[in-house]
Amino acid sequence: MDFTIGEDRQMLADSLSRTLADKFDWKTREAAIDSDAGFSREVWNALAELGVIGALFGEDTGGYGGSAWDVGVVFGELGKALATGPFLGSLMAGKMLEAAGDEAALAPVIAGETMLTFGHEGAVEANGRPCPPATAKRNGDQWIISGRKGVVEYLGSADQVLVTAQTDAGLSAFLVDMSASGVEARDYPVIDGGSAGELTLTDTPATLVGEDGGATEALAAATASGLVATCWESIAVMDVLRDQTLDYLRTRKQFGIPIGKFQALQHRMATLALEIEQARSSAINAAANFDKDATTRDRFCSAAKYTAGKVGRLAAEESIQLHGGIGMTWEFPLSHYAKRLTMLNHVLGDDDHHLARYMALGQAAG
Amino acid sequence: MNLEFSPEEETFRAEVRAFLKDKLPARLADKVRTGQRLSKVDMEQWHAILNERGWLANHWPEEYGGTGWSVMQRFIFETETAIAHAPRIIPFGLSMLAPVLIKYGTEEQKQHYLPRILDGTDWWCQGYSEPGAGSDLASLKTSAVRDGDHYIVNGQKTWTTLAQYADWIFCLVRTSNEGKRQQGISFLLIDMKTPGIDVRPIKLLEGDHEVNEVFFTDVKVPVANLVGEQDKGWTYAKYLLTYERTNIAGVGMSMALFDELQDISRSTWRDGRPVAEDPLFAQRMAKLEIDLENMKTTNLRVLDAAGAGHAPTAESSMLKIRGTEIRQEINDLMRRAAGRYAAPFIDEALDEGWNGEPVGPEWAGPAAAQYFNNRKLSIFGGSNEVQREIITKTILEL
Ligand SMILES: Cc1cc2nc3c(=O)[nH]c(=O)nc-3n(C[C@H](O)[C@H](O)[C@H](O)COP(=O)(O)OP(=O)(O)OC[C@H]3O[C@@H](n4cnc5c(N)ncnc54)[C@H](O)[C@@H]3O)c2cc1C
Repeated sequence: MDFTIGEDRQMLADSLSRTLADKFDWKTREAAIDSDAGFSREVWNALAELGVIGALFGEDTGGYGGSAWDVGVVFGELGKALATGPFLGSLMAGKMLEAAGDEAALAPVIAGETMLTFGHEGAVEANGRPCPPATAKRNGDQWIISGRKGVVEYLGSADQVLVTAQTDAGLSAFLVDMSASGVEARDYPVIDGGSAGELTLTDTPATLVGEDGGATEALAAATASGLVATCWESIAVMDVLRDQTLDYLRTRKQFGIPIGKFQALQHRMATLALEIEQARSSAINAAANFDKDATTRDRFCSAAKYTAGKVGRLAAEESIQLHGGIGMTWEFPLSHYAKRLTMLNHVLGDDDHHLARYMALGQAAG
Repeated sequence: MNLEFSPEEETFRAEVRAFLKDKLPARLADKVRTGQRLSKVDMEQWHAILNERGWLANHWPEEYGGTGWSVMQRFIFETETAIAHAPRIIPFGLSMLAPVLIKYGTEEQKQHYLPRILDGTDWWCQGYSEPGAGSDLASLKTSAVRDGDHYIVNGQKTWTTLAQYADWIFCLVRTSNEGKRQQGISFLLIDMKTPGIDVRPIKLLEGDHEVNEVFFTDVKVPVANLVGEQDKGWTYAKYLLTYERTNIAGVGMSMALFDELQDISRSTWRDGRPVAEDPLFAQRMAKLEIDLENMKTTNLRVLDAAGAGHAPTAESSMLKIRGTEIRQEINDLMRRAAGRYAAPFIDEALDEGWNGEPVGPEWAGPAAAQYFNNRKLSIFGGSNEVQREIITKTILEL
């Protein structure tokens, strides 16, 4: 057995960590989340140049990595720095291109030239009802799509968005240019920093990615990648929260002693530390089982997302609570980590969703 | 045993309901229900409406303009107003300062300050906490040094809620460094317009400006603004903290929020069905409902004992802990019910007059922000850890 991530990946992690520390300090982050885009294009370009986006994809399609371990390591570093930007959208949309062997579309994304995001999940109406699923049909030798997608990561900055839509043959994937006709985008900030948007397509011309009606498997694999990414990111954020809280417990004094000397708080931290290690193990499991059959892969991914969501809530709430008032402030980076961690549970399904999915997959497998 | 309210209490409830139906402006109730921000004017408007009916100071003795209600009547009033989505009563002047003045203030102080609290002339804020003195409040350092007819105040308070609106602040200040730390503390009333006071905003994690730092540099405060005796302020502060708080569990507010959550979870769909029909979500709802129902009775038991003359001490700690946990759980479930749509956050949408399109379910906008903001519930008013210490020491005697 070997629990190290390997030399090459360690090098990637180290250089990513250095670049983020260097180019993405707290002030840069504040400016980034204050901007309309919600992220720094400059930092994005620097990371692309470093090969960070390429590390998410296999060599066959112009990348230099692409395994679940690579994805995990990259998103862990991004989480540690609380980086904002369409990383997850690029990963998931890119995985769809990768599955279709579409090296030409992926190359400018890997180079950081094309901003790509991902629109699978439909929009929800003001009354809480889901919008009808997007549909695509042939119009002469062209595909056109209509439908609405909701909470699409960094939609306002995207050059292209990979969307799913139903055709007569079934679920299919399409690449849409944001400058195409019939594209309407409404961008807004998100509460944990960054932006997202609502996308409305009306008879919008699009390029089919992969086979007509053949997106289901690729989507499941892309979703699994997204789950590995959000889990590893969550764990990294938890590590930061734990360490900052431990520092605070050692230095903050009340009643003449560091508050970390109160046994009531010591036990809370001990529980939190234990839970974070459990969550880390679940994220490792997800990566380790990624290349097995789809059911095994998806069960381990759901197990990890369930654990990350459950422990994430604990970590976010405890770290704020044990800081007292200061943990509630915008000025204090800790609160932003807590917000990010909380909101990661809203991405790709929360802990309840994945617990149910885990059970359903188990029953289906017999 | 009989858990029914008496016919008189039911009559009173009907009276409160009729009043709310008649007098609570729909504009305010809507804002509260949808989680929009209340302005200072909104809060003052509601105070004025209650004051006109003589119901603002519902826990003061009648001779000072209070209602003279029993604890049960107060509970009914608090519950009904919350269910009707009335704004909450701002507690600093009415529920925190006034009881101290009534018990320890001079006649002159009572005659001067109490009517101004009632008619809204003075907005008060609470200056207890300091950067170094949170849970350990007795370690506070802001000093007041006697100089003829004045105290000269220097130091810093923090987390001061709505100090940006305040005309006055009641402060705990250090007037002596001798003896036990608790002994050299005094209770001082300070006009916020006095030269040398500087209020700086603190932005909370979800972005709101609700709390402040208040700095004091050579602030001259007339000796007449001392409440009670010099160096005895700790006793008054503790009286304020243990002052029978019928509303500490916030049961009414939780009931109102729970109803809202139920509506939301039925109308909002996910994975092909209403969220309420997701077995795991339904389980969370059921547990919450049971806990809330239990809390109602626990609360009534404490109030009943209080009505019979048993002043609640550590029982309030139980109500505070579980009451705040329940509200935080409701906020968690609201956020969950919003799914992906918990993330979009259009700050202006929380202000009156915004007429943009909502993003996703129309109720989802403030859900995450409220969840984050209400993490404060387990921190302030004596953190839940400190409350557990109180239970451990006074009830369990460990
Ligand atoms: C939104 C908000 C509004 C507020 N409004 C006001 C206001 O208007 N006026 C005012 O005066 N104050 C106000 N406060 C301050 C509030 O009362 C303090 O935050 C609170 O007393 C905790 O103090 P602290 O923040 O310094 O945390 P600390 O006391 O430093 O506590 C940090 C952590 O240590 C724990 N802890 C401390 N001592 C012990 C112990 N002995 N055993 C176990 N655990 C312990 C605490 O529970 C907490 O988890 C407000 C706070 C907030 C967040």
